[in-house]
Amino acid sequence: MRVVRLLAPVLLVAALLAGWEAACRALHIPVYFLAPPSAIGAALAADAPDLIAAAIYTVSNALAALVIASLLGQALAVLAALSLTFERAVQPITVTLQVTPVIAIAPLVVIWAGTDHPGRAIIALAVIVAFFPIYSGALTGLKAVDPDLMRLFDLYGASPWQRLTRLRAPSAVPFVLEGHKVAAGLAIVGAVVAEFVAGSGKVRGLAWRILDAGYRLQTAKMFAALFVLGLLGAVLYALLQAAERAGLKWWRGR
Amino acid sequence: MSAAALREVEVDYPRGRALGPFSLAIEPGEIVALVGPSGCGKSTAMRLLAGLEAPSRGSVERAAGRGETAVVFQAPTLAPWLSARGNAALPLELAGASRAEAAARADAALARVGLEGAEAARPAQLSGGMAMRVSLARALVTEPKLLLLDEPFAALDEITRRALADDVLKLWAETRPAIVFVTHSVEEAVYMAARVVVMTPGPGQTVGEVAVTGPLPRPAGFRTTEAFRATAEAVSHHLAAGMAGEAAA
Repeated sequence: MRVVRLLAPVLLVAALLAGWEAACRALHIPVYFLAPPSAIGAALAADAPDLIAAAIYTVSNALAALVIASLLGQALAVLAALSLTFERAVQPITVTLQVTPVIAIAPLVVIWAGTDHPGRAIIALAVIVAFFPIYSGALTGLKAVDPDLMRLFDLYGASPWQRLTRLRAPSAVPFVLEGHKVAAGLAIVGAVVAEFVAGSGKVRGLAWRILDAGYRLQTAKMFAALFVLGLLGAVLYALLQAAERAGLKWWRGR
Repeated sequence: MSAAALREVEVDYPRGRALGPFSLAIEPGEIVALVGPSGCGKSTAMRLLAGLEAPSRGSVERAAGRGETAVVFQAPTLAPWLSARGNAALPLELAGASRAEAAARADAALARVGLEGAEAARPAQLSGGMAMRVSLARALVTEPKLLLLDEPFAALDEITRRALADDVLKLWAETRPAIVFVTHSVEEAVYMAARVVVMTPGPGQTVGEVAVTGPLPRPAGFRTTEAFRATAEAVSHHLAAGMAGEAAA
C-alpha cells in the first residue's frame, strides 16, 4: 500500500505523458501547435546549458530581491510594532502595493529603472511582491506575544528594549519563517513577470526564453523552459519547507 | 506589617465592576487561599497584588522591589525558544544579572523543584507537570517575599496536582514566602492554606473566612481527617451562601 502511494504520482505523470505522446502521433498534431513529450525532452537536452544559465539569472534576481525584501520587511515591521502611528501611516501604502497586480506596475518600474538596466527593474518588482508577506508575517508575530509572558516582563520591570529583543522578536520567529517561505515563491513570480515586461535582449532569464521561443513557434523549447521553471519552483518550495522545519525545530527545540 | 494588602479596593472595567469592595491583608509567611466561582475577580485581585493593574478605588500595599513579588499563572507560560534554565534565569537576566550568575541560580532553583538534569530541555519536551515546575522555579529564583499562584494546577491531572501541592508546601517551608493561592477547588484550598477566603460571584466580595488548623506542610493522610472534612464543609457552606446571595439579589 505504501509503495503504491509513493509511486502513484509518478505513475499518473507517466500515464499522462504517454497519452500526450500517443495523441500527438495519432492525431498528427503539428509540432509548432503542441510538441510531444519526446520533442520537449530533446529540446531540454539540446538547450540544457542555455536553460541552466537562464535559470541562474532568474533565480539570482529573485534571491537578491528576497534578501532586500527580508531586510526591508523586518525593519519596517519592527518600527510598526513599536509605533501604532507608524503602522497606521504605512498601512495604506503597503496594502495598496499588495493588492495592485505586479504586472500592472511593471511597465512603470521598467521605465524608471531604464532600459539599460532591466536587472534593476526585475529586482525592484520582485521586492515589491516579496515584501508584503515578510512584513505582515513579522508584524503579526511581533504582536502575537503570549499576554501572560508580557505580564511577566512587566512584573520584572523589563525595559522596552528587553521586551523587543527578549520577548517580541523571538516570539515572531515562526511567523517570520512562514513569511519568508511565501515570499520566496512570490519573488520568483515577480522576477518572471518583470522579465516578460522588460522583454529586451538584455534579459536572459527563463521568461525571456519562453517569449523568444514563442515568437519562433518553437513550442518544444517553450515547454522545456516552462519545465525548468516548474522544477525550480518545486525545488525552491521543498528547500524552504525544509528550512522552515529546521528553523522551527531550532526555535522550539523539537 | 503585612506582606501585602488590598484595602477596600474596587476595580471597574468598561463592561462593569469586576471586583470589590474587597480587602485582604496577607501576613509575612502566611498562605492564603482565595476561593470563589469563575468570574468573581480572583485573578483581578492577583493582578492588583502583582502591581500589574491599579484599582479604580482603594489602595494596594505591596513590596514593590524587583523580584519581591512573583507570579505563577494557570498555564506554565514559558518561552518556547528558551531552555528550562533560560526560562528560570529570565527574571534575573531582566534585572541585569550576568548570564553566568543567572544560569547558576536558575540551576539551583530548578534543583529545588526537582528538575535537576532537565536544565537544557525545552518546554515542548516537558510534560505539563514538569513545565509547571519550571514556572515555579522561575518564580522562586528571585527569592520573592510574596508568591502569587493563580490556579497553577488547573490544567493538570489529579495525581500531578497532589504531588505539586505537596511540593509547593515543602518549598514554602524552606524560605517561608507569603503565598496567595487562587483556586476553585475547595479541597485544594483547605489543603494548601492556613486561611481560606471565600468570595461571592462577581464583582467579588468576601463572604467569609475559614482558618485551617493543622501543620503545614500537611502530614500524610491529612485529606482523610475529620478536621479537613469539617473545614471543607465550612468553606462550601460560605460558597453556597455567596451563590444564594446572588440569586436573592
